[in-house]
Amino acid sequence: MWMLGPLGFISPWLLLGLMGLPILWLLLRAVPPAPIKRLFPGVALLLGLTDETPETDKTPWWLLLLRMLAVGGAIVAFAGPVVNPQTRDPGTGPLLILLDASWADARDWPRRIDRAAALIEDAGRTGRPVAVVRLTDAPTLPAFQAADSLAGRMALLAPQAWAPGEMAAWANTLPEGDFDSFWLSDGLAHPGREDLLAALELHGSVSVFQSPRPVLALQPAKFDEGVIKLSALRLPAKDDVSIEVSARGPDPSGIDRELARLPLAFAAGADTATAELSLPPELRNRLTRFEIAGIRSAGAVSLTDDSLKRRKIALISGATQDREGLQLLSPTHYLRKALAPVADLIDGSLDDVLLASPDVIVLADVAKLTETETEGLLKWLDKGGLLLRFAGPRLAASDIDRADEDPLMPVRLRQGGRSVGGAMSWGEPKTLAPFPEGSPFHGLAVPDEVTVSQQVLAQPDPDLPARTIAALADGTPLVTRKDVGLGQVVLVHVTANAEWSNLPLSGLFVQMLERLAVSTRPAAPTAEDLAGQTWVPVVVLNAYGEAKDAGEVAGVEGAVLAGGLKTGPAPNLPPGLFAGDDRRVALNVIGADTVLAPAVWPASISVEGLEGAREQALKGAFLAGALALLLIDILASLWISGRLSGAIARRSTVSVIVALVCLAITPGDLRADEADDFAIAATSGVVLGHILTGDARVDDVAHAGLVGLGERLFERTSVEPLPPMAINLETDELAFFPFLYWPISISQPLPSAAAYAKLNRYLRTGGMILFDTRDGDVAGFGGSTPEAQQLQTLAAALDVPPLEPIPKDHVLGRTFYLLQDFPGRNAGQTIWVEASPPDAEQVDGMPFRNLNDGVTPVVIGGNDWASAWAVDAQGLAMFPVGRGFAGERQREMANRFGVNLIMYVLTGNYKSDQVHVPALLERLGQ
Amino acid sequence: MTLSEAPLRPRAEALGQSLPALLASAEHLASTVMLGEHGRRRAGMGDEFWQYRPTHAGDPVRLIDWRRSARSDAHFVREREWQAAQSVSLWVDPSKSMGFSGDKSRAPKADRARLLALALAILLLRGGERVGLAGDAAPPRSGRAQLLRLCDFLETSDASADYGRPDARGLVSHGRAVFLSDFLGDIAGVEDGLARAADKGVRGALIQILDPAEEEFPFDGRTIFQSMGGSLSHETLRAGDLRARYLARLAERKDKLQSLARATGWHYHCHHTGGGALPALLWAYRALEDRR
Repeated sequence: MWMLGPLGFISPWLLLGLMGLPILWLLLRAVPPAPIKRLFPGVALLLGLTDETPETDKTPWWLLLLRMLAVGGAIVAFAGPVVNPQTRDPGTGPLLILLDASWADARDWPRRIDRAAALIEDAGRTGRPVAVVRLTDAPTLPAFQAADSLAGRMALLAPQAWAPGEMAAWANTLPEGDFDSFWLSDGLAHPGREDLLAALELHGSVSVFQSPRPVLALQPAKFDEGVIKLSALRLPAKDDVSIEVSARGPDPSGIDRELARLPLAFAAGADTATAELSLPPELRNRLTRFEIAGIRSAGAVSLTDDSLKRRKIALISGATQDREGLQLLSPTHYLRKALAPVADLIDGSLDDVLLASPDVIVLADVAKLTETETEGLLKWLDKGGLLLRFAGPRLAASDIDRADEDPLMPVRLRQGGRSVGGAMSWGEPKTLAPFPEGSPFHGLAVPDEVTVSQQVLAQPDPDLPARTIAALADGTPLVTRKDVGLGQVVLVHVTANAEWSNLPLSGLFVQMLERLAVSTRPAAPTAEDLAGQTWVPVVVLNAYGEAKDAGEVAGVEGAVLAGGLKTGPAPNLPPGLFAGDDRRVALNVIGADTVLAPAVWPASISVEGLEGAREQALKGAFLAGALALLLIDILASLWISGRLSGAIARRSTVSVIVALVCLAITPGDLRADEADDFAIAATSGVVLGHILTGDARVDDVAHAGLVGLGERLFERTSVEPLPPMAINLETDELAFFPFLYWPISISQPLPSAAAYAKLNRYLRTGGMILFDTRDGDVAGFGGSTPEAQQLQTLAAALDVPPLEPIPKDHVLGRTFYLLQDFPGRNAGQTIWVEASPPDAEQVDGMPFRNLNDGVTPVVIGGNDWASAWAVDAQGLAMFPVGRGFAGERQREMANRFGVNLIMYVLTGNYKSDQVHVPALLERLGQ
Repeated sequence: MTLSEAPLRPRAEALGQSLPALLASAEHLASTVMLGEHGRRRAGMGDEFWQYRPTHAGDPVRLIDWRRSARSDAHFVREREWQAAQSVSLWVDPSKSMGFSGDKSRAPKADRARLLALALAILLLRGGERVGLAGDAAPPRSGRAQLLRLCDFLETSDASADYGRPDARGLVSHGRAVFLSDFLGDIAGVEDGLARAADKGVRGALIQILDPAEEEFPFDGRTIFQSMGGSLSHETLRAGDLRARYLARLAERKDKLQSLARATGWHYHCHHTGGGALPALLWAYRALEDRR
């Protein structure tokens, strides 16, 4: 390579071509621009006119310069200029390639693999054996192999989602003999790196590759004082940079989406950035992970566990709040104190809080509940609510739950309750018995000072022992529990304040609430919390930060997990979400106290990739420049010779200005215009719509089908539809369309929550959707074809009423034609419509039942109607139906079904009313 | 089939195809005019019934139409339509310079000239005038058959010279004439033609038909200009510099034509093929109708 300052040339002899430039100068200069010959009658008026300024008949100097520069640029480009070319000396002997292969490598893994592959290729050319090791693996003896056999396997190497373990262990497993080493480092300090380096240097030269790109990492989110606190780390700390953190979680329909996004700004020189995110509890409880947007690395992802979740708890007290100043006597004071830091409390009347669907409702000494309140509570319990009741004077004095068990009480109560250890009674206040095995409180230490002086008593019942989860030392139940639906009712037989017992004053009270899952645990789990359980991974992160289903990854012991939470993930403990008995713990690559430290290399080691000047080929730039100059030369030559007439120039200028103006118009205006155009197009007549499925073929057939149906309607009825429109569920408004055809395609993605809301609104407000699974030829409806399953998935979130197979007397069979069955391209399959009301009965002598209410919002079938309706541009049928005359008959029936359907959509049950005509006439005659 | 027939037949077919097209567009153009107020609808000497009008004092008794008057109390006079035929000669420049078009989207000037001439002929023939072509080919006659003859002659007019020279032969004395040309050739020819027409007491209209390119001179750079036939040529290194002087000469030519027309009692109009034909037709019709 020939060097010229910092510029090197790959094939410098091509530069000799530059010597030819002066010849070009002479050649080009002698040739003037050729004249244009024009036929022009006005020449008679031109005769005798001479040019005012004698123009040179040679090429102007600036045009020459332009051309010389273009040619010179091309010559230089082909000579292959390279800035800062790097010269490498090929080594000898075996080559060991070490990859850190940690999570920090994931951000530019392909580049590392490319680098390693280039090394292997070089080694292959010189016949050096090569070995490749990932330092995140367990140490094994590297085996040198022929480079060819390794080259194909490099693409299969993947980084791991954890940091390398103790590197000194690798130092002991190095092969014998001399070899050179090449270390692709992730740029972070790892324990034992110096030892391994020293060991490698004993065997031969060591060179290091390290990416100059910064490492970004996200620390676990903390919940504090009502906001989520996020902090990110970076290495190296240089300029001020702003990154975005995206908070993800399932939306109401269960699809993983970004729920929030917040910017995090690193100040110049700072290695951490923090920000606070305030989310409503409903959203916050759905968060599953935070990630730094645009970075594919496990370190940029932080899974969330139970520590971010807060339960919504409604506190309802039976006491009227008129005892001002006596807060300590308030039934809910201690509950409020205990729960406020760990839960979101809701106040209000029972009816109001039920609407907010809390996780837990606490009824402190509430005896009487209205009918509607009871019903609401039962419904809420069926869906999995937890009703926590505390006894008290009101409950003791009331007569509910005495003879019969109240549905909202776990056990029957005896009249009055009992009082022990008071001034007027015998005995001492009772202490608590140890919690029995099987109780949710099992394992909690019972302090001696907790005593109960008054309580309500449970009636002895056969199932009382099973429902007792805490008892006093004398065996009387203290806490009882009953399952109702998916939820449960828990009754604490003492008050929630310190009137009857000092239990609410003790730490045990808080622990009991926690065990009942009323409150959630604060902060990180301790080793004791984790010990003794097997933690099963639910979600596992790979090095790129992608969450995978854990599948068959084995569970880990609590002690191991506790260790992992301190030191970070390891090969036997991948990062992810681990589920125990009653809680989930997230193990992230970056812990709360992880520090990113840069790898330090001795001065004797050459570190590649960190030096400021990088090798950069300039061939492309030179060629592009030469090409641009030549383009300018074309324009200039045209201009010189007068071929670039003013008119063309003006026209092009105008078009450029128009284009700029178009760009300047804000996209919002365009969108608004588009929406308006769409609305006008959809409402200027009866327009049939079909939902875009994303499968172009299905969409085309659906469109052609609706065109064909529109033609049939035009021919036969007074409905004269406009051309059908394709509807994008996400962007288009549905309300304009009386009828939507929705062919089911397995390639259709699930609509967003907003689209579902739109669809449900459409169905509720009188729209109709014809679902067509198009699989009637291979399966009965409800079978397990992919389309049927897709329909089930799509329609799961739709507000579809109960369905039934279309009855014989359904009005759909007589809105225009009298039809018995409803074939499409497939025949004989049942179609399903909204179920008729159960009280509909057929009157004797009447052909039809009296079904006057409601138009079915959905018609579901698999007869592939669009294919039967579809016509091409010439108005001919696009697809054959059946065979011969019978097939044409079937197509005619399909068309009739279409006509009937649109009539049904447009006129509703009008035809059903006709059955009353005899009765009406009879009445009028009286 | 003989050899001599071979070129004739395609020409005849092409002619047969273009004839109705030209005629149709000329009829179309003319029909737009007939809807207007123009026309010879006035009382005068003629055969056709025109109107009944109440008698004025001084009307001879023999003019009273007794049949009409018997049906009412007043007396009525029956008037006949004024019918007087005028001879109009049309000269359409057949030279090559009329074949110029400055833009692919525009038809050559000759097309516009023929269209205008034929449309004018249709209007005049409908009005009962006699229309013919200058020269001996088609002397003025009336009737629809004349229209087909005119059409035939206009289509087959041969282009030999580079620039045309108004043909004053065959002009009917005290008749009317219309000259359609670009008048870019030697002005002496026009002077001569107009002088001879004026000698015969013929009045009429000069319609100068120009292409917009001839008005704008949108040329630049090194150019060799040639006349359509190639008889004249002019080379320049910077066509853009000539623009101002060319336009000045063009304006001078127009002034000259205007003054010539005024001196001989003719009308002058400059028409551009870039615009529609109707204004020019209206102008020409008005100019011929003008009877001072």
